[in-house]
Amino acid sequence: MAKAASTTTESGKVRRVIVVGGGLAGLTTVIKLCEAGVPVDLFSLVPVKRSHSVCAQGGINASVNTKGEGDSPKVHLEETVYGGDFLANQPPVKGMADAAPGIVFMLDRMGVPFNRTSEGLLDFRRFGGTLFHRTAFAGATTGQQLLYALDEQVRRYETVDVEDDKGIIVRGEKMVRKFEFWDFLSIIQDDEGRARGIVAQDLKSMQIESFPGDAVCLATGGPGIVFGRSTNSVINTGTAAGSVYRQGACYANGEAIQVHPTAIPGADKLRLISESARGEGGRVWVPKDPKEKRRGKDVPEKDREYFLEDKYPGYGNLVPRDIASRELFLKCFHENKGVFNSKSGKNELEVYLDLTHIPEPTLRRKLAGILEIYEKFVGEDPYHNPMRVFPAVHYSMGGLWVDFEKSADGGLVKGSPRNQSTNIEGLYAAGECDYQYHGANRLGANSLLSCIYAGLVTGPAMATYRANLAKSSWDLSSSLFDKAEKREQQNYDAILKMDGGENPYVIHKELGDTMLRDVTIERHNGTLEKVLEKIGEYEDRYQKIGVTDTSPRANQGAQFVRHLKNMLVIARVIATGAKNRDESRGAHFKPEFKTRDDANWLRTTMALYKEDGSRSEVNFVRALDYNLCGKPLHVTDEVDISLVTPRARKYEQAGAASAAATNTKADGADGKASGKEAGASA
Amino acid sequence: MAQETSSKTKKSSGRTVRLRVHRQDGPHAPETKRVEEFEIDWHPQMNVISALMEVQRNPVTVEGKTVAPIVWESVCLEEVCGSCTMLVNGKVRQSCTALIDLLSPNGEVVDLAPMSKFPLVRDLQVDRARMFDDLKKVKAWIQLDGTHELGPGPRQSPENQEEAYPLSRCMTCGCCMEACPQVHEGSNFIGPAAISQVRLFNLHPSGKMHAAERLETLMGEGGVADCGKAQNCVEVCPKEIPLVDSIAQVSRQATKQMLFGWLLK
Ligand SMILES: Cc1cc2nc3c(=O)[nH]c(=O)nc-3n(C[C@H](O)[C@H](O)[C@H](O)COP(=O)(O)OP(=O)(O)OC[C@H]3O[C@@H](n4cnc5c(N)ncnc54)[C@H](O)[C@@H]3O)c2cc1C
Ligand code: SF4
Ligand code: SF4
Repeated sequence: MAKAASTTTESGKVRRVIVVGGGLAGLTTVIKLCEAGVPVDLFSLVPVKRSHSVCAQGGINASVNTKGEGDSPKVHLEETVYGGDFLANQPPVKGMADAAPGIVFMLDRMGVPFNRTSEGLLDFRRFGGTLFHRTAFAGATTGQQLLYALDEQVRRYETVDVEDDKGIIVRGEKMVRKFEFWDFLSIIQDDEGRARGIVAQDLKSMQIESFPGDAVCLATGGPGIVFGRSTNSVINTGTAAGSVYRQGACYANGEAIQVHPTAIPGADKLRLISESARGEGGRVWVPKDPKEKRRGKDVPEKDREYFLEDKYPGYGNLVPRDIASRELFLKCFHENKGVFNSKSGKNELEVYLDLTHIPEPTLRRKLAGILEIYEKFVGEDPYHNPMRVFPAVHYSMGGLWVDFEKSADGGLVKGSPRNQSTNIEGLYAAGECDYQYHGANRLGANSLLSCIYAGLVTGPAMATYRANLAKSSWDLSSSLFDKAEKREQQNYDAILKMDGGENPYVIHKELGDTMLRDVTIERHNGTLEKVLEKIGEYEDRYQKIGVTDTSPRANQGAQFVRHLKNMLVIARVIATGAKNRDESRGAHFKPEFKTRDDANWLRTTMALYKEDGSRSEVNFVRALDYNLCGKPLHVTDEVDISLVTPRARKYEQAGAASAAATNTKADGADGKASGKEAGASA
Repeated sequence: MAQETSSKTKKSSGRTVRLRVHRQDGPHAPETKRVEEFEIDWHPQMNVISALMEVQRNPVTVEGKTVAPIVWESVCLEEVCGSCTMLVNGKVRQSCTALIDLLSPNGEVVDLAPMSKFPLVRDLQVDRARMFDDLKKVKAWIQLDGTHELGPGPRQSPENQEEAYPLSRCMTCGCCMEACPQVHEGSNFIGPAAISQVRLFNLHPSGKMHAAERLETLMGEGGVADCGKAQNCVEVCPKEIPLVDSIAQVSRQATKQMLFGWLLK
């Protein structure tokens, strides 16, 4: 037993674990592993410093309560599960909310230049779904600053020597080996199905190689690019999650896709204007007169309709994203009251997001990062002109299903190998690619937190798993690895040989347009049927792709073909999940089923992959059995609601989201109200 | 979400955009060096990346030849990841913020080439690994004892934060390296970006404690003294990082360290 856990093999090779993905979640996982003395191989499509986490703007939540408002982890927990319309398992959320202040302090110690109060303390701002100042921020590029801080710590571990079990330095071996510009292809499984390593491809030389690892963590981010254009980075194809899903990993709540209310429409990307704009006082409005010809800044106060403030006096412009997006959509699409364009004579799908009432120096200090984006891409000065925005696909609450072990106090058992474990033994998932923390709708500034928290949990979980492993991957026959490598080489060679007439980028564009139009804010079963049929057609057309680039070097075209396959698979999971869930909950909204239906649908959607010829299929299950460290485990789709009783959401009413924790008398806070009225606000 | 899609494959407005792309299959394939031109339909809010994406969907040159899609690097498309640096009309910059309407208001050809100071990977992609290695050399990090809970970090004045934050926005894009006359094949000048990171970490209350180690690496050959003060770097930095100030400050710190280092120890 001890042998498997030893750091080096008899021949002196270092036994490592593998982390795929160097966003916030992956980097945190790596740091925790290194602190536990476990050497790591870190893989990433791009230099980790360029991971998508860099885009995050607004901030990270932690109930540090520096403004004397009475904020606490308990309130944070309640608002998070309430905001998520009660679809999240509550113990992990509690763990996260409890850990949040410590996480922000840790980042502070790492040197993140968080904004400060006049006393030199951390400053906090407001975000959606809460009335408390809970969001720490570094200007409006918080994700960048957090990513850099973690990246720096991991870079330091790239210079730290590996020591063997006797404390002797293993020459030439560092705690972290980075493989940047590498594409994860699949995991390598032993006869019992355990993850034993990965196969990956060097994106410069296009060489395919297998790597043993005593455990594997995917921290590969979200699948936003399945929707074509979104607020996501272009590398967020979800390919890695799609690939392990095809290998048997369960994908949960795929249909829970967040649409952010305020983005700048664009041809290549829908650039986000962070919720922090509203957190700092930004107001959303449309002109009362749908044919208003004056420019935004010339429309006087009395001629403006502040529709969020009017309808939701309790939370105003800071209602959660699912609600804000639906309201914007309603205004622009159904009521045709979007900003009038006198050139085209049309009402555009745009509303105003207005910061012009806030003094310019304040804006520069707190929001310059996002206002710069608006200025650069729209070519208009947002300090003096209301910005024009529209909703865009932003975040996936769904992702790889992961387990947790509940502690006596209702949180997570520290170091349990079940935490963040997928249903494939030895395969972990953390960050946006897991489904764990946000239910059916994520609150702003909770994602950076959940990514880092998941990393803090995953590192120790993997370390425990590795210590309990009966046989290390380094003691297995090399044929296991050779076979896997060969299989992937054949897959790749087959892509290079594709010589049909279809262009993969065109298929992707059509997929994106379909998903964006029909599987976002409003979902209709009839339309979803058609979407699924279309996905099938795209899958058929996929077989007829022609690869025009057969170069042995940096072949992005062939790589994209592989990602496209996984995007089609994930698209089907999302669309089928949406079709099945006949209710409205959080971001998932069906006009035909306007209410939340706890009796039938307070449960996790659990999808397993099936194949039917060239087309993929989804096999939904209500329970799963899997093995971990020699123990059989049985899990179901039941949601753990042990800490906050589900009730209808009422953002019209101030304090409704935190009523139980703060003992306010708000409707339904006693937990007696059923979910009947939920969704009525939509 | 019924949002209209702005880029249609069929010609709509009639207006087109011409891209001239400097291509090469790899660093060891100089024989493949070539210039290819593409003509694509204009669309609103078009930038260099969305133009390149159009070419991906129809990789046919103006001569009607089907070619391999162009290789370039990009991630965030909002000028915060530092990936998409290239020479646009000869000027080094991020290509995502290079708006076609500004570059080519009257249909001028837009010229795209890879950076010249880094090893070529393919087409518009280069290898900037040296910049990340340089960050190791100068120990651009806080020497954290561990992630365990120790309460908040040191108190810092808003002024300190306001000085650090802009420096901390360096996205390792390499524009400054490309523009700097002192950075070239024959020199091992570390360049402005890493020097500015030394200033950043030497500014931090805990980072300060290891300032001497960082300065040490900048005192020898290829260090801060190799800067020729041409100030080209600061002009091209997309994040408007005060690189010349950083170099001056670090230079002063290094001089002090050189003169009194043994006393300070
Ligand atoms: C514009 C924008 C603003 C946001 N603002 C906020 C905010 O203010 N607050 C907040 O809490 N959240 C915010 N979010 C959400 C948040 O940024 C993300 O959810 C979070 O950063 C995801 O981090 P991650 O570590 O899971 O993955 P990512 O940061 O996406 O990293 C994924 C990693 O996996 C690697 N990878 C992926 N696939 C492969 C593969 N096949 N092979 C090898 N490597 C692979 C990538 O290279 C990368 O290193 C924002 C999101 C967007 C789009
Ligand atoms: S000022 Fe120094 S670093 Fe900047 S471009 Fe000139 S020589 Fe290079
Ligand atoms: S200093 Fe500026 S130009 Fe240089 S790498 Fe950093 S962001 Fe780019």
